[in-house]
Amino acid sequence: MGGFPILSAVTFLPLVGALIIMLIRSATAGGRKADSPADGHTALLAGLVISGATFVASLAALYYFDASKEGYQLVEQYPWYRTISYKLGIDGMSLSLVVLTTFLTPICLLASWNAIHTRVTEYVVAFLVLETFMIGVFTAMDLVLFYIFFEAGLIPMFLIIGIWGGKDKIYAAFKFFLYTLLGSLFMLVAVVYMYLAAGSSDFEVLEKFAFAPSVQTWLWLAFMASFAVKLPMWPVHTWLPDAHVQAPTAGSVILAGVLLKMGGYGFLRFSLPMFPDASHLFQPAMFALAVVAIVYTSLVAWRQTDMKKLIAYSSVAHMGFVTLGVFSFTEAGVQGAIFQMLSHGIISGALFLIVGVVYDRMHTREIAAYGGLVHRMPVYATLFMLFTMANVGLPGTSGFVGEILTMVGGFQASTWAAAGAALGVIFSAVYMLTLYRRVVFGQITNPALNGIADMNRIELVCIVPLALLTLLFGVAPNLIFNMTEGAALRILSLMAGG
Amino acid sequence: MLDLNAIIQAIGPELWLAAAGLLGVLLGAVLKDAFNGLAFKFGTVALAGAAAIAAINYQGGDAFGGLVSTNTFVNFAKIVSFSVGALALIMSEGFLKRHDTSRYEYALLTIFACLGMGIILSASDLMTLYMGVETLSLSSYVLAAFHRDSVRSSEAGLKYFILGALASGMLLYGASLVYGFSGSTNYAAIAAAPESVGMMFGMVLMIVGLAFKISAAPMHVWTPDVYEGAPTPVGAFFASAPKMASMAMFANVMFQVFGNDMDQWQLIVSIIAGLSMLVGSFGALMQTNIKRLLGYSSIANVGYALVAVAAGQTAGAGALLMFMTIYVISALGLFAGVLAMRRQGGMVEGISELGGLMRMRPWLALSLSILIWSIAGLPPFGGFFGKLAVFEAGIDAGLYPLAIILVIASVVSLGYYLRLIKIMWFDEPTERFEAIDGPVTLIVLISALVAGFVFMFFIYQLGAWTDLAALGLGA
Repeated sequence: MGGFPILSAVTFLPLVGALIIMLIRSATAGGRKADSPADGHTALLAGLVISGATFVASLAALYYFDASKEGYQLVEQYPWYRTISYKLGIDGMSLSLVVLTTFLTPICLLASWNAIHTRVTEYVVAFLVLETFMIGVFTAMDLVLFYIFFEAGLIPMFLIIGIWGGKDKIYAAFKFFLYTLLGSLFMLVAVVYMYLAAGSSDFEVLEKFAFAPSVQTWLWLAFMASFAVKLPMWPVHTWLPDAHVQAPTAGSVILAGVLLKMGGYGFLRFSLPMFPDASHLFQPAMFALAVVAIVYTSLVAWRQTDMKKLIAYSSVAHMGFVTLGVFSFTEAGVQGAIFQMLSHGIISGALFLIVGVVYDRMHTREIAAYGGLVHRMPVYATLFMLFTMANVGLPGTSGFVGEILTMVGGFQASTWAAAGAALGVIFSAVYMLTLYRRVVFGQITNPALNGIADMNRIELVCIVPLALLTLLFGVAPNLIFNMTEGAALRILSLMAGG
Repeated sequence: MLDLNAIIQAIGPELWLAAAGLLGVLLGAVLKDAFNGLAFKFGTVALAGAAAIAAINYQGGDAFGGLVSTNTFVNFAKIVSFSVGALALIMSEGFLKRHDTSRYEYALLTIFACLGMGIILSASDLMTLYMGVETLSLSSYVLAAFHRDSVRSSEAGLKYFILGALASGMLLYGASLVYGFSGSTNYAAIAAAPESVGMMFGMVLMIVGLAFKISAAPMHVWTPDVYEGAPTPVGAFFASAPKMASMAMFANVMFQVFGNDMDQWQLIVSIIAGLSMLVGSFGALMQTNIKRLLGYSSIANVGYALVAVAAGQTAGAGALLMFMTIYVISALGLFAGVLAMRRQGGMVEGISELGGLMRMRPWLALSLSILIWSIAGLPPFGGFFGKLAVFEAGIDAGLYPLAIILVIASVVSLGYYLRLIKIMWFDEPTERFEAIDGPVTLIVLISALVAGFVFMFFIYQLGAWTDLAALGLGA
């Protein structure tokens, strides 16, 4: 298998699939402009096959990945343009995020089976294109290539929110796009400066290149502008609730599950190893922002009346833990941050699916419209309970491991920051349990709920794997840690040596 | 003694175009209206031939005792200008036919405009430069007013003419000052002359005059009006071929004539660049007519290109060619897209009329979207690399404030580019489009393919060409 470009295959398989679907659609459309339901399901099925194949391919990458080896693996490199090369590679951190992406995409497409009725072919194509760009962000090993994937991903997401979203979809799509773009373009200035200064845009070269401390400050800030919006950090998180609320369920899942992780990935891949001095300089500020994000957005989440908005704010809070862990500069913190990203990707994705289940039946996300669901939907109530507990951070679920480790890391760096974050854990219990109580328990007050059906097979197929993974990683977190340990240690040693 | 070989080596394309133009006039005089249909093919062949001659004599040379001097830099610009000029001509015929203005003069004026472009690029003397500028401008004025029965078109032509004449006057006045203080009109002799206050005055006036020709702010006010008023294919022509030639000419003058005074003009060009980017991107935000919008967008893009000029010859010359090449192809494609859409009772010009294009004609909408994304400089399409090259040049030259303005202008301009995408993809269709097939749609598809994908995968090849071409400017 030695010479086979396995990472290119994983990255571009969805794109190739999207092209094939487009060509087949235009060949078989025969003048019909709109998709019939059968067309839509065929397209979704094709999308499922392709994204499933991508998942299998990413498992092959997992198989060939050797966790005991230091540095990047499965590297492919071809010269492209001046100092820019097409270079792909993975370490434990990026591999885990790639697998998360390829795992969530088929689930998203399956979850759209009964939810998306208009322009389904385009929807599937947009999702597959987005998948390629998301995987590319994690496999790129060249700064400019990374930037291309990073920003290109905005286009399909813009379309997904804008075409298949809710009432205020246009506003949300524009806000999402322009916020993220402004941040990204500042990063582009830094990217260009870096490769002009270092003479290469290869990660491995840049990691070894020592930028002067004063330059590092500016570069760090430029990267921060991009990643802070993406993560998102308080106070530039305001696009996220809008985007989440307006996006279709699957869009929310992929947004919370993967796109937010690019921010944390960026901090770990660039800010820490490439600008160690600046990272130390800004550590207190980042802790402060992380704690504000955790406490403030938890309180905001508590007051929400819209289920999706509540989970969106809870995402901001949970990403605060990632920031805390990353900037603790300790092994526990960094490992915890990576783990928290994966775990949050699974849990928040599942929570959005859970909301989607009742939204598809009732077409409202207002918490007040529900209550007493346990009487009609016992299976739903059980799964919802599991993910509520996971989001709160109950031991035995993966949410616990991520939160405790980031706090341990934070504690080693700053007692106060860890104390503030711990406050957030309490608040998360408050808002999640409030949500659960109001939606699931109590008596049925809304007569429309009397006829509501429990989860169907498709929904179960989407959510049960996520539930199993949440429990698996909760009791056996070493499955992840063994894979990411090398990457975490390498980042920290680059920081110390740089 | 006239050395014919050296002359052809230096300005072969211009000789060819001049001959073709005169032959065309003769044929027109003899054949009268019978020449109307043939003229467009004639013009296309003439322009393609000029591009080919420029490619054959790529290295260039000197002729006429230093009145003209060409090198790879200007020849690259010529090849691109003539080629897109030919494409613009192909696009025009259908439109003009539908408006009963398909006359052979149109093709001949295009040839003469391209002749002007050739001359301004080949010039190595202020006299030659002025001749070229006027040849290009006079043809352009007439082209803008070509739709004689339309008030808007006549207004556009008149406006363009009056303001253009003013700018020519400034250019000429500046040139005379430069001549007076340096004692020569030859580029090299001026460059060698000692710096003086009077010469700087002349230089500033020349920059003002030339800035008008490239439609850079604050000399841009004519652009949106002319783009809107002129017949659409003329807009397509203005946005592509003369844009490329004028930008390259501007850079050529700055680098070759005033190369030693870069510390004097760098700030001026930077300010013009910054203003153009901001005016162009903010101005376009509120437009409802797609041609006006493209006019403002071209101002913004001139601003981006000027960043490369402000970065200086070593850092910017290659980037300028690369950016402009990708830009003019995208702009041509976008205008072709406007031409390809037609409803009962007239052309589509309002932005909102694009509503639901994705549902009605998906491949056209997809191509247009790729072009818009490319022109907006979003990765992964070709336009991103053009912008990246400009960015790189600016940062390499330490023009950080300009780089920041570029960032801001890009985000603002995304505001209206995204609006176009939104209307095409999200909105419901209002009315059926009439299908316009043939060369126009083909040009949209091809330019989307080239600007979007060819320049993405083979960007290294374009980069190698433009870098090599930039070396022609000499040290």
